Amino acid sequence: MANSNPARPESSGLQVSPHFLRKREMVNQSARYVLMAAAAVSVLVTIGIVYVLLSEALVFFEEVSVWEFVSGTSWTPMFSVPTFGIWPLLSGTIVVSGIALAVSIPFGLVLSVYLSEYAPDNVRETVKPILELLEGVPTVVYGYFALLLVTPMLQLFLPGLPGFNMLAPGLVMGIMILPYTTSLSEDAMRAVPNSMREGAYALGYSRFHTATRVVIPAAMSGITAAFILAMSRAVGETMVVAIAAGQMPNFTFNPMEGAATITTFIVQVSLGDVSHGSIAYLSIFAAGMVLFLLTLVFNLIGFFLRKRYRQAY
Amino acid sequence: MNTLSENVLSGIDYASISRKNRSRDIIFASLGIFVLFIAITTLVALFLDLAMRGAPRLADPDFYTSFPSRRPLDAGILSAWVGTIMVMVVTAVVAVPLGVAAGLYLEEYAKKNWFTDVIEINVSNLAGVPSIVYGLLALGLFVQTFGMGETVLVAGLVLALLILPIIIVSTREAIRSIPSELREAAYGLGANQWQTMSMYIIPAAKPGIITGAIVGLSRAIGETAPIITIGALSFIAFLPQSPITGDFPFISFEWLNSGFTVMPIQMFGWVSRPQADFQITAAAAGVVLIIMTLAMNALAIYIRYRARKS
Amino acid sequence: MSANEMATNRIGQPARMRAQSERPSETREHWYLEPEGTLRARVSNLKFWYGDGTQAIDDVSMPLVDKQVTALIGPSGCGKSTFLRCFNRMHDLYQGVKYSGSIKLLPEDENLIDLDPNIVRMRVGMVFQKPNPFPKSIYENVIAGLKIRGISKRGVLDEIVETSLRQAALWDEVKDRLDQPALSMSGGQQQRLCIARALAVQPEILLLDEPTSALDPIATAKIEDLINQLSGKVTVLIVTHNMQQAARISNYTSYMYLGKLIEYNETDSLFTRPMCQRTEDYITGRFG
Ligand SMILES: Nc1ncnc2c1ncn2[C@@H]1O[C@H](COP(=O)(O)OP(=O)(O)OP(=O)(O)O)[C@@H](O)[C@H]1O
Ligand SMILES: [Mg+2]
Repeated sequence: MANSNPARPESSGLQVSPHFLRKREMVNQSARYVLMAAAAVSVLVTIGIVYVLLSEALVFFEEVSVWEFVSGTSWTPMFSVPTFGIWPLLSGTIVVSGIALAVSIPFGLVLSVYLSEYAPDNVRETVKPILELLEGVPTVVYGYFALLLVTPMLQLFLPGLPGFNMLAPGLVMGIMILPYTTSLSEDAMRAVPNSMREGAYALGYSRFHTATRVVIPAAMSGITAAFILAMSRAVGETMVVAIAAGQMPNFTFNPMEGAATITTFIVQVSLGDVSHGSIAYLSIFAAGMVLFLLTLVFNLIGFFLRKRYRQAY
Repeated sequence: MNTLSENVLSGIDYASISRKNRSRDIIFASLGIFVLFIAITTLVALFLDLAMRGAPRLADPDFYTSFPSRRPLDAGILSAWVGTIMVMVVTAVVAVPLGVAAGLYLEEYAKKNWFTDVIEINVSNLAGVPSIVYGLLALGLFVQTFGMGETVLVAGLVLALLILPIIIVSTREAIRSIPSELREAAYGLGANQWQTMSMYIIPAAKPGIITGAIVGLSRAIGETAPIITIGALSFIAFLPQSPITGDFPFISFEWLNSGFTVMPIQMFGWVSRPQADFQITAAAAGVVLIIMTLAMNALAIYIRYRARKS
Repeated sequence: MSANEMATNRIGQPARMRAQSERPSETREHWYLEPEGTLRARVSNLKFWYGDGTQAIDDVSMPLVDKQVTALIGPSGCGKSTFLRCFNRMHDLYQGVKYSGSIKLLPEDENLIDLDPNIVRMRVGMVFQKPNPFPKSIYENVIAGLKIRGISKRGVLDEIVETSLRQAALWDEVKDRLDQPALSMSGGQQQRLCIARALAVQPEILLLDEPTSALDPIATAKIEDLINQLSGKVTVLIVTHNMQQAARISNYTSYMYLGKLIEYNETDSLFTRPMCQRTEDYITGRFG
């Protein structure tokens, strides 16, 4: 067949209707915008969070001085003469998450080294789903466990331990975030190229030496990210502490006492009958703001450290 | 070579170093297994403790079909499990399409520019924002500013936003694991981007996407803090209106605006009561809750396992 | 090749004379030279299976001459790396692998396959295809093997670092920046560092798996020089894809094909007067 239009050669007969092509392109373009809009929703969520926290907290700080808030050691929003020093909530948060991390970081490190460097494939394949199940247990159940099983057990050894204390929820939270810490740091270790391991073994390194002198140093940024993200998780954890540590603000660093954390204070106010716009109502947004900022810092550090190890290899 | 280092290296007793290496390895492996043992023991102890305490209530059929009550041994979880299902429907309907679309966009469409970077950092941060902060968002925005009240809809929405990052991340991972040959084959046939996505990529990524959605929803089922924050009560002695009605058009969305309670809130309400009998009821509710989440997790693990095998 | 011929080859006649008198033959399947020098190891009937059941080495027997460079050549996938990695039991890191036959270390007469892999790896060094320095300083990399052998005296370490880096022809380039990260070096420098790291512990045998395939020609030339210098001092077994390279740097060469050893000979003979048709096909580029 003679070709009259060299720029657009005839096909062998299959005709695609231009109408179809136009429609196809329209669908393609709209799909693109719909998907982009969906991705933008996640940004709106953050904007919403910042807006809500900021707008309510600003009203709060019209009535309470920022200085009192950041330096005060008494937190009594429900009293007739309320005080708003954040320290009692911070001390509780620090103690509980400190205990949780003291459990979760060493255990998580050992377990992730074990899984990535020691365990045979079949053990790893069995253990990882079990850890996922552990991670799937609702936190309210862990709270029950801390209050009604772990505290009574601890009281056998520590007779003076009150029913509400920070020790039990801290320990339970440590086990609770263990799967999270472990899987993040195991990911980091498995990202270390195998050639590095083989290089170590070829020099006569044992598994232990390979893990401690080559893999862990090489995965350090990812492992640090894991611990920082675990920290973020511990600071923001609510229900275990709300159930097992009591909800009384208490400026103390003694794990044997009960105390409130930033999160449990928000729970406590939400459970009560607090009217919209009251100073107690506003104070939960100020507390939430502190919580958001703390975790934001941790999350960002974690994000960039993880990004670094992903790019490194 | 110099004699000094020659001597040093020739004097080495490989057998004894290797023995030491081996014992260190054994010690460390035992340590790993010990930690694993603690984790598994916790899981088992937790479940057995709940099951044993809750057994009397779990064995009572009325437990599943009655409303909460002031008398602990009459209290049931009817409104809680119905509420949980309704809230989960809202959460799934909102979070899954949104999360899959966002994940698809980030993985396949987004160009490397500042907007993409912002979304990426943002998603990663949202995944780590404490759930109670989402609760504050819902309280300040949905409940107070929009005046929506403490309803099924608000609870479903807040949990949807909460699990959005999980679904986005798992969608991205599922798509990333598809070999690029499939993509190239589709483009090679003349398919355009959306056709490639909808006809080839999304179907191929489906097991991973479904797994992520289930894991996200199982997390949502157990979430307590944000629901408390929006002001949900644990004592709800009625059911939301049925979505299916006897009159035309036979379907109603009234239930979205209904008050509600959910399983974890119900359990929390009972744990907080001083009477010992309520702790039995709480334990029974905990068992039901664990079984719900574990079943979902097990399903997700199974889907992933089956997808990996084929 | 008939059993008869094999037997005659093994009789201690001067190999070179015999090689000159024989021509490549269509019918000869294998050819094997019994070298004259002292042996460092002898491989006998080695077979190896990966965890998935793949048999990658099929009945290979060959000697490893002491303080000489032996090259392994052959088409991709013929089992060169697999064979090399039997010598330091690298395969034992992975599950389900199986060996049969022996790799006897001489004169100790110990079968390397029966020893503790960790001990084997302390005695046999290896350099990989892609340079894999640890993400630490240059100095730390060189002493990496010494530390785990319990050698930690600063003076001794300093001295070994210098000797090894000199041996690896790297000393002059890095002597002023030993505390810099190894990953800041060029690929060729990294590879020489890896060689220095392996030499620092004075291995009885040094294994090199295509050590120059990731490098540019200049870096390659440096490493070839370095291997030439090692000849006469260290027993080296090197895998290479590059036949010119094998010809330049080795004293003996093995040609492998599909997991079998086709020809083992002095390098000069193998490249100028191959004894098997298949070897000739390969080195003349008619195949492979
Ligand atoms: N981990 C493994 N599991 C199973 N089979 C393998 C494995 N590694 C290699 N093989 C197989 O063993 C055979 C030999 O592989 P080997 O890597 O030793 O070849 P090679 O000669 O080094 O090739 P190249 O020149 O490409 O490096 C090949 O058929 C390969 O497919
Ligand atoms: Mg190879």
